[in-house]
Amino acid sequence: MRNKTNYVTTILLMLGSIFILFPVFITIVNAFKTPAETAQSILSLPSTWTFDNFKTAIEMTNFFNAFGNSAYVTFFTVILTILSNSLVAYAIARNLHRKAFKFLYFYLVSAMFVPFPIIMLPIVKQMSALGLMNLNGLIILYVVYGLAFNTFLYTGYVKTIPKELEEAAIVDGCSKWGVFWRIIFPILSPMNATVGILTALWAWNDFLLPLVVLSDQGDRTLPLVQYVFQSQFATNYNLAFASYLMALLPMLVVYLFLQKRIISGVTQGAIKS
Amino acid sequence: MMDKKNTRVYLMMVLPALILFFSFHTFPLMQGIFYSFTDYRGYGDWNFIGIENYINVFKDPRILNSYQFTFKFAIISTILVNIISLTIALGLNSKVKFHKTLRGIYFMPNILSILIVGFVFKFIFSVFIPEIGQSFGIEGLAKSILGDKDSAWIAIVIVGVWQAAALNVILYLSGLATIPEDLYEASGLDGASKWQQFRHVTFPLIAPFFTINMVLAMKNFLMVFDHVVALTGGGPGRSTQSISLLIYEDGFTGGQFALQSANAVIYFFVIVTISIIQIRFLQKREVQM
Repeated sequence: MRNKTNYVTTILLMLGSIFILFPVFITIVNAFKTPAETAQSILSLPSTWTFDNFKTAIEMTNFFNAFGNSAYVTFFTVILTILSNSLVAYAIARNLHRKAFKFLYFYLVSAMFVPFPIIMLPIVKQMSALGLMNLNGLIILYVVYGLAFNTFLYTGYVKTIPKELEEAAIVDGCSKWGVFWRIIFPILSPMNATVGILTALWAWNDFLLPLVVLSDQGDRTLPLVQYVFQSQFATNYNLAFASYLMALLPMLVVYLFLQKRIISGVTQGAIKS
Repeated sequence: MMDKKNTRVYLMMVLPALILFFSFHTFPLMQGIFYSFTDYRGYGDWNFIGIENYINVFKDPRILNSYQFTFKFAIISTILVNIISLTIALGLNSKVKFHKTLRGIYFMPNILSILIVGFVFKFIFSVFIPEIGQSFGIEGLAKSILGDKDSAWIAIVIVGVWQAAALNVILYLSGLATIPEDLYEASGLDGASKWQQFRHVTFPLIAPFFTINMVLAMKNFLMVFDHVVALTGGGPGRSTQSISLLIYEDGFTGGQFALQSANAVIYFFVIVTISIIQIRFLQKREVQM
């Protein structure tokens, strides 16, 4: 019985997916329309597919600058997070039998429970005092704050790697650093991918941290730009939708190609927690 | 000898990260707690005032209002999101056509910026739906729900559920995948109805995933910020001002650095307590089932 295709469920699920896709659909069709067309009908397809809204939105929001900022922050956050957090977790995982390292493990992991608002006010003063109210400061915060969850993810994985592998390499004259970079790090690849995906989604879409940390207009990331221009968009929805679409599109395209990888990465990350 | 050298290498591996973590996480955390016992405004002089801020937190109508909204939002959204995503996951787990595509669509909200999606929803609630209401003469829809103190929170629930369901569906799906097929066949032979199957076979087996989803959803919803900023900005009035938004707004620009720090400390304890209670309670149920 369970081998027959369930058509009723299929249709119900398809109807449900309309609800999921609806905001994206509205964004796409209205990004190409003129205000007059939208006033006539919000749902209809544009009579001519014009890119005028995109041109105006790009100039108005300095889109490529914001895109560059988001890409810069996401790229370096992901690279630095994978390289540093895996190393820390490796050192901790191999010494968990020692009190100091065990303490360090719980110290980092327990930070997962600390809600950001409690550090938000002081960290902004501190970043300002350090002259770090910029993209690099933002990257530092992402890499450091990621430690809490990533130490947890990586440590669990490192524990499953047999120590004999390392011992053999050390006999061959490899240093501890060499052991990590040449042997352990490559074995960590699946976890590196998971951490990379979770970190990229976070850094690319995050709004609160850029909002409080970035002080310079030229540093604005994509979500921040949408927020800043929201009041100016209010009079022209089509311009707003063109801008939203450009901000959402990079992640949608990545998702289209890496869907399976992203879903499994996010799932693993969540289940381990 | 070898061991000592190794220890030094291990320490060098963790030390830079430890220093950075302390300076950018623990130190500001300690500062936040410290200032919650002062009358600091974010600038200028300050004095110790003991636990006065903590007393005032419970007297401040705006803070109480933000707790009321945040809890109402978080509880209702958590329940809805779990019912809806479990239903969708059960659907996707049965033999359906276009399984991969549908799964891909249902997960999509998880990868999008909730702020930007929130702006799109704002348009849907404030322009699209009222227009439909007007042209079809449905009075209930003709006015924007965002403009009404009593209904604006519903919009935030809808967007919150729209996004959070994505992750929960996938988690329930991976839970359902762990149930062996022959269990259904056995219970099917015993004449169990679909509902009985769900109640006595499926649900007990995915109970750990139910726990994860409840705790995860509740914790995330209690921190709600982006949804509110995009949809209502905390309004109308302060009817949808969440705790995070209040700490942000009044802490930075309202000159209430110290009071909002005390608020944040309490907020921290609230979140930890709720997570622990939920885990304890739900795990006990898991064992009983």
